[in-house]
Amino acid sequence: MNAIDIQRLSKSFGRVRALDAVSFSVGKGELFGLIGPDGAGKTTLFRLLTTLLTPDSGTATVDGFDIVNDYLSIRSRVGYMPGRFSLYPDLTVEENLEFFAALFGVRAKESYDLIAPIYKQIEPFRTRRTGKLSGGMKQKLALSCALIHRPGLLFLDEPTTGVDAVSRSEFWDMLASLKQNGITILVSTPYMDEASRCDRIALCNEGRILGIDTPDGIVRRFDAPLYAVRASNMYALLSAARRAEGVAECYPFGEVHHLVAGGGFDIRQFMDQLNELDGLSIKPAAPTIEDVFIKLMKR
Amino acid sequence: MNGIVISVRNLTKCFGGFVAVDHISFDVFRGEIFGFLGANGAGKTTAMRMLCGLSFPTSGSGTVAGYDVRCEGEQIKRHIGYMSQRFSLYNDLTVWENMDLFAGIYGLSKKETAERAAELLEKLDFASERDTLVGRLPLGWKQKLSFAIATMHRPEVVFLDEPTGGVDPVTRRQFWEMIYEAADTGTTIFVTTHYMDEAEYCSRVSIMVDGEVRALDTPARLKRQFAAGSMDEVFRTLARGAKRGE
Amino acid sequence: MDNNFLSFVKKESLHILRDRRTMLIVVLIPVMLMVLFGFAISTEVNDIKVAVVAPDRTDGVRDAVERLARNDYFTFCGYTDNGCIDALLRSGKADAVVVFAADFDRRMQQAVSGLPSSPAIQLVLDASNVNTAGAATAYLQGVLLGAESQQSLFETHMLFNPQMKSAFNFVPGIMGLLFILICAMMTSVSIVREKEAGTMEVLLVSPVRPFKIIFAKMIPYFAISCIVLIMILLLARYLLDVPMSGGAAGIFSLSMLYLLLSLSLGLLVSTIARTQVAALLISAVVMMMPILMLSGMLFPIENLPKFFRVVSNIIPARWYIDAVRKMMIQGASVMDVWQDCAILFSMTVLLLGVSIKKFNDKLE
Repeated sequence: MNAIDIQRLSKSFGRVRALDAVSFSVGKGELFGLIGPDGAGKTTLFRLLTTLLTPDSGTATVDGFDIVNDYLSIRSRVGYMPGRFSLYPDLTVEENLEFFAALFGVRAKESYDLIAPIYKQIEPFRTRRTGKLSGGMKQKLALSCALIHRPGLLFLDEPTTGVDAVSRSEFWDMLASLKQNGITILVSTPYMDEASRCDRIALCNEGRILGIDTPDGIVRRFDAPLYAVRASNMYALLSAARRAEGVAECYPFGEVHHLVAGGGFDIRQFMDQLNELDGLSIKPAAPTIEDVFIKLMKR
Repeated sequence: MNGIVISVRNLTKCFGGFVAVDHISFDVFRGEIFGFLGANGAGKTTAMRMLCGLSFPTSGSGTVAGYDVRCEGEQIKRHIGYMSQRFSLYNDLTVWENMDLFAGIYGLSKKETAERAAELLEKLDFASERDTLVGRLPLGWKQKLSFAIATMHRPEVVFLDEPTGGVDPVTRRQFWEMIYEAADTGTTIFVTTHYMDEAEYCSRVSIMVDGEVRALDTPARLKRQFAAGSMDEVFRTLARGAKRGE
Repeated sequence: MDNNFLSFVKKESLHILRDRRTMLIVVLIPVMLMVLFGFAISTEVNDIKVAVVAPDRTDGVRDAVERLARNDYFTFCGYTDNGCIDALLRSGKADAVVVFAADFDRRMQQAVSGLPSSPAIQLVLDASNVNTAGAATAYLQGVLLGAESQQSLFETHMLFNPQMKSAFNFVPGIMGLLFILICAMMTSVSIVREKEAGTMEVLLVSPVRPFKIIFAKMIPYFAISCIVLIMILLLARYLLDVPMSGGAAGIFSLSMLYLLLSLSLGLLVSTIARTQVAALLISAVVMMMPILMLSGMLFPIENLPKFFRVVSNIIPARWYIDAVRKMMIQGASVMDVWQDCAILFSMTVLLLGVSIKKFNDKLE
């Protein structure tokens, strides 16, 4: 049995189709990532799966329970961390933890072994008001609270948004160790570079899923030749490259521009065409998830 | 052309005994895209506030667009553009009303406003959305529009505070192309971001840790200096040593 | 009561205790209002400065002026003549001028014996403050006709509030207002705050049933209201000397019912409002204004235009204030105000029912 099974799930708000016939499954113990920008439907999907919303059409099961008919059974089995860190800023770290434990009818002590690796880092501040913690610390406390009742599934909606790169990387380390405990994790993020930390990912945009695979599998889908080009004037390079023959696409990619070659592209010819640009160079580049996302979006 | 637009020397800001910004010094040149990075709580926001003339430095000096940050805050505000992810445009006003409002705030004449607004709408391919409420636009469009509006009065420097959070990769690139274009015409861009891959778009990058500027160079040289494959690694190497949280 | 319910109550209490400013306001407002309405703002009239115009100072006139001067409510500021009346009133040196007719004694005689006569006394008042002028007229008539009162057509007995103290009138009004403020406004804001912060999402996804979440939120506010209630009753009894003749126990139980009603009202607001600002606005516009204007707290319901008189029937505070007034001042018992109680009770059941039904355990 899969931990999550989703069949053609749809949800609209007024005229906006937030989720459009989405289907996929998440296996037990899998770390599954939903990668996509704001408005992709990630939060709507989380709210449907945590039974906060009812779908317009389609079905889904979580841990074998139907999200419409058995919604109360689901609520005691999942841990949920909504997009905003849902903690009480006027309560202390300890009070928040105890409250969420009581909410699920457990004692904080009983789950200490599970949350210890995370909670230990904030325990020195346990009498501090939660509102006075740093973003990274709030994130750790929110995760501890979501885990306090030992859920089999964890739903994390953009847990790393607005958090700096160091805290984000630490957070993914924590998720990796939770996976060792057999917890199924569904996590969403707008940061493409975090996709590689997941077992499998779904790229989503505007209520649809563009592709589902392992991070490597997704990257392998990029079938066109890709080059990294640079010149001293990057802006001039961009428009010149787009006009060059055989160039399907050219877009900024960090320090370089990525150039997707179409039919009839020839490196030597390209260099000749653009020889007026200072410091021009071109070399083959390895596609990333972001390249795939851009390609899928434009399709 | 390559004049200094922002110049900062030993700029310091204390809140009581807490040194939020600790003797930072750097120059930003005309037409540069200057990335201003730092972990949460490193002092980025405080430093940016001083540069925008919103907060007085405790000590040290600095000029922005030729005006002193210690006493010419009002002049500075007139010569910079500012855009942040949190607040940029009024959702309950139309595209045109937003343009008219900000043009008015920066003292553009009726004629200038009409001309530049028409020019912007055309460039953004927004002409059909002139009378659409901004709240109805997709996030990516809003951000492009707010950048356009932030540069409508032709400021010398534009401060961008995490401008691209949550935007899809295609729109994000269109946004960066706008930034490139602005820089190409001599506008200086001062940008903060949490996306480390965006740091690579910048001409030069500074990284703040615990109130100090710990590194400042081109992305390529920083990567070489820290023997790192990406700016993300450079940033993490530096920020891991941070002593203070937010 | 199970463990998670108690921890809910504990959490809510912590929220309230940590928010010092709100706590201070909740405790200070009742005291302030009581003192303000009890002493500073009053419709009683004291120290009315009276000048007298009397062409003939006959025995009758002397007698009347004597009575005026002795009365605590008046200050006699001397005789004047017709030409100065306007100047005296305009400058504020006098609030009222009593003009005796030249043949005052004769006219009085005629009036007393029921013969047709012209007025014996003319009262000229500064009516820029309507309340003062009205009260002064009444007092002056009472005092000037005092000697002849045995022959008067009316015999007036002021029951229950013989000194006509306005504080008596205001205390029930303040109670009606305050409990709506604390129970309805504060509970609705606290529920909506969780919606805004996103914590409500986590609460709903937990196995705890929504009605438990709600009742846990109500308890601390209910407790605070009880403390405030006791404070008000003590202040009313010992500071303002309100008689409480109907018995404190009755007033207390009636107030409990009203508290419950206010809590249900707050709950209903919280199911409608999405933001804290909206919750505050709804509370202020839909609850506070009608209470001030239409509950009989400030203006007698009988004086309202017909439309508003009808509307006032659906305002819970109207019935509560009416009942409390009767119990505090007239010495009515709970049984005497059973109609008010029944109306309040039905309103409570209705509101609580609707709001619990409306409170969804989903986000839609």
